[in-house]
Amino acid sequence: MTHAGPAVLLAVARVSGEVVPARAQMATTLGFHIILACLGIALPSVVLLAEFIGLRRRDETALRLARRWSQAMGVLVAVGAVTGTVLSFEMGLLWPGLMRRYGAVLGFPFGVEGLFFFLEAIFAGIYLWGWRRLAGWAHWWSGVPIALSGIFGAMSVIAVNSWMNQPGGFAQRGGRIVSVNPAQVFFNRAAIYEMPHMILAAYMVTGFLVAGVYAAGILRGRRDRHHYTGFALGFVPAAVLTPFQIFVGDTAARAIAHDQPVKYASMEYVPRTARHVPEWLGGVYAGGRVYGGVRIPDLDSLLAGFGPGTRVIGWDSVPAADRPPVVWLIHLCFDVMVGLAFLLLLAGLWALYEWWRRRRLPPQRPFWWAGAVSGVAAVVAMECGWVVTEVGRQPWVVYRLQTVAAAATTNGGVITSLSLVIIVYAVIGAATILILRMLSRRWRRGDVSEAAVPYGPNPEPQDLAAGETGR
Amino acid sequence: MAAYVVGGILLAGITLYAVLGGADFGAGLWDLLAGTTARGWAPRALIDESITPVWEANHVWLVFDLVIFWTAFPHAFAAVMTTLALPLWLALAGIVLRGAGFAFRKELSRLPAQRAAGAAFAFSSLMTPFFMGTVIGAIATGAVPAVASHASLDAWTSPTALLAGFLFVAACGYLAAVYLTGEAARRGDQRLQAYFTYRAQAAAIAAGALSLATLAELNTSSPALYAGLTGRSLPLVVIAGVCGLAVVALLAAGRRGPGWHTLTRVIAALGVAAVVWGWGVAQYPVLLPGTPVTLASAGGTHATFVALIVVAIAAVILVVPSFALLFSLQSRRLLGTGEQGTLSAAAAAGRTGQPRAAHHQRPAPDPHRGPATPGAALGTIVIAMVIRRLRHR
Repeated sequence: MTHAGPAVLLAVARVSGEVVPARAQMATTLGFHIILACLGIALPSVVLLAEFIGLRRRDETALRLARRWSQAMGVLVAVGAVTGTVLSFEMGLLWPGLMRRYGAVLGFPFGVEGLFFFLEAIFAGIYLWGWRRLAGWAHWWSGVPIALSGIFGAMSVIAVNSWMNQPGGFAQRGGRIVSVNPAQVFFNRAAIYEMPHMILAAYMVTGFLVAGVYAAGILRGRRDRHHYTGFALGFVPAAVLTPFQIFVGDTAARAIAHDQPVKYASMEYVPRTARHVPEWLGGVYAGGRVYGGVRIPDLDSLLAGFGPGTRVIGWDSVPAADRPPVVWLIHLCFDVMVGLAFLLLLAGLWALYEWWRRRRLPPQRPFWWAGAVSGVAAVVAMECGWVVTEVGRQPWVVYRLQTVAAAATTNGGVITSLSLVIIVYAVIGAATILILRMLSRRWRRGDVSEAAVPYGPNPEPQDLAAGETGR
Repeated sequence: MAAYVVGGILLAGITLYAVLGGADFGAGLWDLLAGTTARGWAPRALIDESITPVWEANHVWLVFDLVIFWTAFPHAFAAVMTTLALPLWLALAGIVLRGAGFAFRKELSRLPAQRAAGAAFAFSSLMTPFFMGTVIGAIATGAVPAVASHASLDAWTSPTALLAGFLFVAACGYLAAVYLTGEAARRGDQRLQAYFTYRAQAAAIAAGALSLATLAELNTSSPALYAGLTGRSLPLVVIAGVCGLAVVALLAAGRRGPGWHTLTRVIAALGVAAVVWGWGVAQYPVLLPGTPVTLASAGGTHATFVALIVVAIAAVILVVPSFALLFSLQSRRLLGTGEQGTLSAAAAAGRTGQPRAAHHQRPAPDPHRGPATPGAALGTIVIAMVIRRLRHR
């Protein structure tokens, strides 16, 4: 199956016709879930940081923020848990060919992920609902396993994705897996850079999103301690991690130039293998030309191998059928990701300069505008990164071993499930945002009378008052 | 050898999902049948408080089971996911709407929005176990081929598969009602205790009847499995029956000691576990009945089996104590609802069962129309009619 010519497989893809909708559905559900996954990985750490400061310094503001964030986290964790389950089902429902052939290999990291998902869900149940009756530090410690298992769970899932980019650690004979080395599967060649890249991305997305909420409030004139503390608790960790992320990303790009040269060639517009390859900033590649980009001579060679004479492999090294479909999308997404990362770095440097010279956050409105959009920018950068790694791997699902067409379901009707997924996810996404905004309005008013309805859970106003000040 | 150990681990995972996750779905079923907004407030409050801190952790058993299934038995996994794509998609839709609806209802503040989220939660709690039941029923009747290329409608709409779907719904409702009886007793709420005792007994009878009907149907639809259930698995089948009768008797005795209710819960869970293991033992070592696919020949490798056994040992070391901590904190009622007040405060104030403020009652149309008893009766009649029709087919 895998050894059949790609042209045959492409023909199969055209006949079955489910590959494109299956990819679109995977992209939609993964693109949606990944935002919640970032919050699931990193928000517990941010909440724990707030609670730590609150307990250590007896800081009521930080404690109140931690309580509120954990209520928001309750909603986000629930939506993340179910949208993550969708992906588990889709592994089989959309890609039975992949699972049938490689399930025995890539399944093991998912098993490890399952362990951490358990710990995350169990301790989330304790931490999120233990605010009222667990003692301060006992409650804080109950959150630590959530933060740790978020990181280890992310490593396990990224192990699978990086294995798809750099498959290894197994042997197959006659189309059957005959032996597996789980450690080599887990720590494959791409895992070394993909794992830190994604975990740092999760922390940046979460930190900047939290900061963005409070920066927007400050722009609206809510210049109080509550808002500045909320902003700093999100912004400072995210801004501190940004330079590390840029370093990891740069290392990853160089490794991709070596390990997955066609993906790298698409990211950087390298049609032919050559030395003295120029770097293109922006621009759309079509019909052998780049329209509208900025060309910097020799820079790509310099970036790929620290010398202008470095030889960079172009996409002409493989037959046309083995190249990704839309190189301009891959290139532009890569540029957007890198560009946004540098803008976020600048915002962090601005704050650092102001703090160094005057021991305060920048008072200028443009800084707070930047802060307000930093969360969205981080999300866009992260999504663009996923487009680069996933579209850049096409037409392969397992790099150079199995094509997406061979992995896809042969069942019809993916268009139907895709349409329903888009509707359901749009409703759930809108409802999540509405509920978070509603919670924020309710907190701001300090008014819960509206929440007291004779249906479902029934909050007591006097309890809320006690909860706000009673710790 | 390792393949059989992993088969046992998978069956244990399915058992835990059934007795823990299944009860959460059952709670949603009782939420659906709790009646109008005012009438259903007290049971809904108890349901909400009981499943809030635990449902996500219980849900992870499903993900864990899926992962073991596809890692250890990838060929069977691919065949099941292809053949039974439609009920699996529907069950998945139910999982998404159940989780999202439940989480949203808690935070929404306006009644119509709460009702919409609550309806999504409650209705999908009915839908999900039904479709999961049809999937298991289809596998048990040998409707999944060894190599599948297309989804099949016939596979999961056979009488056995549909009966299995109804059986799953009834079993979830049964477990939930038994657990909730204990929760009500722990809170000293005699009204709710009686309310759920009655429902637990009704669900026990429905689940028992559906089990017998499924068994009878298997006699013709899957003679090999029937032979296993009445042969090798007979002790487990008998245990399941005895547990069911014991629970009905214990509930009828209606003592209020905490140990009494723990015992009732354990026996109820044991009964459901005996059904799951009865199925597994009857089918062993075949994975997809009607095909040559066994535990050892479904595409797994020795190294993968060993890795999964290590994962399972790690789960016993790490996850089981964590679950014990969660359940013990939950049973000591140390887990309230976040920043908001808890329902226990309302119960202590003697307002259980009463709407908090009269002016919130609205004469608006209610999605949960109809009181519980006629609803349950109607459900039973519908199930009976479906069974009759199926048996004529």
